[in-house]
Amino acid sequence: MAHLIGQLIFLVLLCTAGFFFTRRIGQIRKNIKLGRDVDRSDRKGERWATMARVAMGQSKMVVRPVAGIMHLVIYAGFILINIEVLEILIDGLFGTHRVFAPYLGEFYDVLIGLFEWLALGVLVACVVFLARRNLLPIARFRSPEMKGWPKNDANIILVVEVLLMFAFLSMNAADGIAQARGLDHYIAAGSFPVSQWLQPLYAGLSDAGVVAVERGAWWFHIVGILSFLVYVPYSKHFHIFLAFPNTWYSDLTPAGQLDNMAAVKKEVDLMMSGDPFAAPAEPAGDTPAEPASFGAKDVQDLTWKQLMEAYSCTECGRCTSVCPANATGKLLSPRKVMMDTRDRVEEVGRAINAAGGDWGQGDGKSLLGDYISEEELWACTSCQACVEACPINISPMGIILDMRRSLIMEDSKAPEPITAMFNNVENNGAPWAFPAADRGKWTDELANES
Amino acid sequence: MALTVPTLAEMNARGESPEVLFWVGCAGSFDDRAKRITKAIARILHAAEVPFAVLGAEESCTGDPAKRAGNEFLFQMQAAQNIAVLNGYGVKRIVTGCPHCFNTLKNEYPELGGEYEVMHHTQFIQQLIADGRLKVADGQPFKGKRITFHDPCYLGRGNGEYEAPRAALAALDADLVEMRRCKKNGLCCGAGGAQMFKDAEKGNREVNHERTDDVLATGAKVVATGCPFCNTMMTDGVKNAEREGDIVVKDIAELIAEAADLL
Repeated sequence: MAHLIGQLIFLVLLCTAGFFFTRRIGQIRKNIKLGRDVDRSDRKGERWATMARVAMGQSKMVVRPVAGIMHLVIYAGFILINIEVLEILIDGLFGTHRVFAPYLGEFYDVLIGLFEWLALGVLVACVVFLARRNLLPIARFRSPEMKGWPKNDANIILVVEVLLMFAFLSMNAADGIAQARGLDHYIAAGSFPVSQWLQPLYAGLSDAGVVAVERGAWWFHIVGILSFLVYVPYSKHFHIFLAFPNTWYSDLTPAGQLDNMAAVKKEVDLMMSGDPFAAPAEPAGDTPAEPASFGAKDVQDLTWKQLMEAYSCTECGRCTSVCPANATGKLLSPRKVMMDTRDRVEEVGRAINAAGGDWGQGDGKSLLGDYISEEELWACTSCQACVEACPINISPMGIILDMRRSLIMEDSKAPEPITAMFNNVENNGAPWAFPAADRGKWTDELANES
Repeated sequence: MALTVPTLAEMNARGESPEVLFWVGCAGSFDDRAKRITKAIARILHAAEVPFAVLGAEESCTGDPAKRAGNEFLFQMQAAQNIAVLNGYGVKRIVTGCPHCFNTLKNEYPELGGEYEVMHHTQFIQQLIADGRLKVADGQPFKGKRITFHDPCYLGRGNGEYEAPRAALAALDADLVEMRRCKKNGLCCGAGGAQMFKDAEKGNREVNHERTDDVLATGAKVVATGCPFCNTMMTDGVKNAEREGDIVVKDIAELIAEAADLL
């Protein structure tokens, strides 16, 4: 009977977690789809290869070996220990105990031993990461945008992982003792290369005490994982899922290439066609509708891929740490650009829900202005260091340059010297006020040099 | 050595066509310092007996600074105008003296109707040396001299070209050293994204001063560049550090031309 109640509670918890997780994923999906369309369905082979290399293979993570290798341990632990979670799910639902053991035989012992070593590795890595974040003077963890929630979010995740791994090892330690004592229900299975060191902690307990520790740790572990599942999509930690699609949909063009705006091309073609009185072409059925505005003023003006990038960002700050503007004390932080974009699309998503699905005239706010200032945008040198540094191919620079487009083409707002540069290009074909006729002067000089 | 550089129009009128079009760029055409780089490139092309021409007054800004500052209209107007000229002459191969022109012509023009084989001058020079068309005499006067190369963002990260400029420098038989931040991790000089044409935003330092620290840490006596804007920024940075007496900033084209005794 007690078993049955346990199974029932487990089922209810699982369904509840599943419900909240699915609902949240649905909302994120909806928010991402607020973005403009962009076609990223080409070159599929290259996309799979990019995802395999960058997300699965963590090729850009290990560029910084200390953080990279520890992250690799946590990543491997996460993937592999999930095999154990599958067993826990089945045990929980059907009231079994270590259901895989009879099928896998000796291999089961190898697996459990491996999981224990991984759990230890994850535990150590998380403790080191906590120390790096909170004790060491690493600049990118102390930027202004990392105060408050982002800092707590990072610490919560690391502490929870430490607790989960400790619970997992405690569960095995108690299980090992129970097996040695030949307690009912505890079949001899698994090997405990790491948790044996924890056994002295529980060896003094009665049989009932040992079972309580084993069951307690088991429940803590699985309830912790289910809570984590619900928490993650509200957190920067969501990169554990989105890193994969985000790299698959990577921009495969050279980093230096900036997209040519199709709507502008249409107008330029019209002007260059020679007939200044030609009527604007009627939008044909198969062409996408004209954008409501040029460039990005708010999140709906960004592409869905850029919004996906905002949800994929885990705020590691490698972009900011290599940004020349940030390094020299300017206001710009590429990481903040990504965080602002996510915060804003969340806000817009909530407002749309509150208004029953209708955005209408908006909320009077926008990403540009209310979240990201002109001063930040004008500090960018478009050097692509942020793009290169991102371990999952996010481009903060893309958002920055799209917002400059809005500043210029919608609001005609530019620093005075930039306006002067535009005028020079337009009138003289050069960013400086030199007459085009003088372009060949150096050839005359060369002809006269001895 | 006096040297005549024909325009494409002149060459066309003679019924000839060049092996490459030398796209000079605005800095290379108007800026006094950058013009010296332009002349070095021209001397190298001439010495390697590469039939080349320039557009002269028919060349116009590629539109790169306008595009990166957010003015897509102006960029596409410039592109349309340049593509009309280039296609009108049936241009196939272009060598640029500037990585910004290189990136724009190579990556952003094809979709707008301008498809050319585009090379950066350091790539072309390296090829000329490798093919034996350009002789660099024993690397003098740079033999054993400590040189560091500052990667231009739009050649390196932007287009993945890190090796050609270094291979060209290898011909100097110099002591080539890398800065702490180089290649993929190279630090910008601070001029890109239209920063060249405005004051920097408020901060505690100039980007080129930060980059100059990287140079000083190597002990290099020569900073090799591949971009007229980087050249300006690094020259200013070295001046700011009051080291212009013993550190020179020169484009790879100038170093090669000097070594090949063309200047």
